[in-house]
Amino acid sequence: MARITMREAISQALWEEMERDPSVFIMGEEVGVWGGTYAVTKGFYDHFGPERVRDTPIAEAVIVGAAIGAALTGLRPVAELMTINFAFSAMDHIVNQAAKLHYMFGGQMILPLVIRAVGGGGRQLGATHSQTPDAVFAHFPGLKVVAPGTPADAKGMLKAAIRSQDPVLFIEHATLYQTRGEVPEGDYIVPLGKSTIQREGRHVTIVTYSKMLEISTKAADQLAKEGIEVEIVDLRSLRPLDMGPVLESFKKTNRAVIVEEGWKSYGVGAEVASRIYEEAFDYVDAPIKRVAQAEVPLPYNRTLEQMALPQVEDVVKAVKEVL
Amino acid sequence: MEKREYLDLYHQMVVIRRLEERSAELYQQGKIGGFLHLYIGQEAVSTGLISVRRPEDRIITAYRDHGVAINCGLSAREVMAELLGKVTGCSRGKGGSMHLADVKKNFWGGHAIVGAHLPIAAGLALGDVYQNQKAVTVCMFGDGATNIGYFHEALNLSKVWNLPVLWVCENNQYGMGTAVERASAVSEIRRKADGYGMKSEAVDGMDLMKVREVSARLYEEIRNGSGPQFLEVITYRFRGHSMGDPERYRSADEVKTWLENDPIGIYHRYLLDNKIATEEELQEQIRLAEEEVNDAVAFAEASPEPPAEELFKHIFVEE
Repeated sequence: MARITMREAISQALWEEMERDPSVFIMGEEVGVWGGTYAVTKGFYDHFGPERVRDTPIAEAVIVGAAIGAALTGLRPVAELMTINFAFSAMDHIVNQAAKLHYMFGGQMILPLVIRAVGGGGRQLGATHSQTPDAVFAHFPGLKVVAPGTPADAKGMLKAAIRSQDPVLFIEHATLYQTRGEVPEGDYIVPLGKSTIQREGRHVTIVTYSKMLEISTKAADQLAKEGIEVEIVDLRSLRPLDMGPVLESFKKTNRAVIVEEGWKSYGVGAEVASRIYEEAFDYVDAPIKRVAQAEVPLPYNRTLEQMALPQVEDVVKAVKEVL
Repeated sequence: MEKREYLDLYHQMVVIRRLEERSAELYQQGKIGGFLHLYIGQEAVSTGLISVRRPEDRIITAYRDHGVAINCGLSAREVMAELLGKVTGCSRGKGGSMHLADVKKNFWGGHAIVGAHLPIAAGLALGDVYQNQKAVTVCMFGDGATNIGYFHEALNLSKVWNLPVLWVCENNQYGMGTAVERASAVSEIRRKADGYGMKSEAVDGMDLMKVREVSARLYEEIRNGSGPQFLEVITYRFRGHSMGDPERYRSADEVKTWLENDPIGIYHRYLLDNKIATEEELQEQIRLAEEEVNDAVAFAEASPEPPAEELFKHIFVEE
């Protein structure tokens, strides 16, 4: 197995799927000649040509809308939104069209569509370019929302998303692109809608995903030195949400901290905590804690920005509070 | 065109008219819920446009879609059943009046968010280009849709990528209750196509034969690689925007003038004047249309409600 970056893993998945299936194509801002704003599609334009690597105008509604239309004709478009913050300009097409057409027309419309979007804070891009609005999109039935936290999952889940018959919002975290990990070569598929235990432990369950998997892992390393064994459940997929491994772990540890980068109000932590209370109340030994972003538009100033984002110390503190 | 085809077009228009008159009654009786936007007065537009399409040409429209559905070949039965929310409806009772479709007949809906189906239309055409299909996508929308951002994004992309789309604006003079000149910077809507370097023209939408003629020509141009074109169809809806419209925004005189230009009446006279059909033959078509609509209502009323398990079906293809 090769040790490659998240960026390379995503790029590999796209490349292999395009080689495998001529109905897969990419469209989005700067995906072609430029090579991708985050260099994910570097080299694609020269290899696959302008018909399959389509540079679009800066017009998110028609990027997603046209991808929907093309998907309806049987193609498998991968529409790239330069950042998830721009998804708001395509909100109707994501939540009102992609998420609803199959149901609303009684099952006759099928949209094998992937929307790739880069999210996350921590790069001093200011409030409008730094959001983690994953929960907003996960709110809508009919849209699969996934956000892998390791290079292997990124590759396996992107391949699964491209082969899926359903619309999938595939959320990448901008500060994870350089993260390295073991990634199986060739046809490696990770099914969507399956959470997984990334680290075993017996004292506390941390439920997290995406960038916060990295933060939680660092916190777990630190806590291990004090003899506290943390079990980490990586959700990977927000809709469908697989509570199986979460409940299994919680029934063992009886304590949970949920770590997400987005805001706490109405967020992933709120959903997961409620489900634990609803489905495993008898196993609760301490109130469930949530670690999340401060409820502010993310500021530009580096110190303020880092104050607002969940840090390793916040996770360590929360774990100690539930013990 | 064969005599049979002339009569068939007449039949289609009368079926749409009768079906909608009946649906208005059923709405008043509480048997149809939600919104109901009637196409009455605009029948010649979709009948003309769709009568010259080839099976591979795709049709997509907004929420005033009953007529378009009939013209695309959906039966009056499955349209009426959908209006009544029955499982035998074309969208299994889950879509309703604004969401009729039959993708096997290349009718892609029935879309209720103003202008949002224009980007999807561009994508349908992209799908054909990508797969080397020589098909035209016909995207119908109202005058009101030309003021929303999706219109700009979709028309611009269609020209940049030279997509085979016929953009058809049904200018029925009002976006809900707001007159075109109160909402649009230019009231001659076809001029908006100039901004995209796109060829445009206008046609009288109350005259079936004129709509047919111009549509046939534009389809061929687009099929032969002209890129997208824009057609403004001047028309009028005889009824309110939807059921329960007080119609304070237009005068009785104005409505009367347009009623004198009833598209079915114009076509009726055309068939008689040109000795294509006799009055008796046309009356026979009216009778057949009425029979078809009566049968559709009976079918819809007798059809079962969707079963409870339908509620959670079709959220995803892969559950």
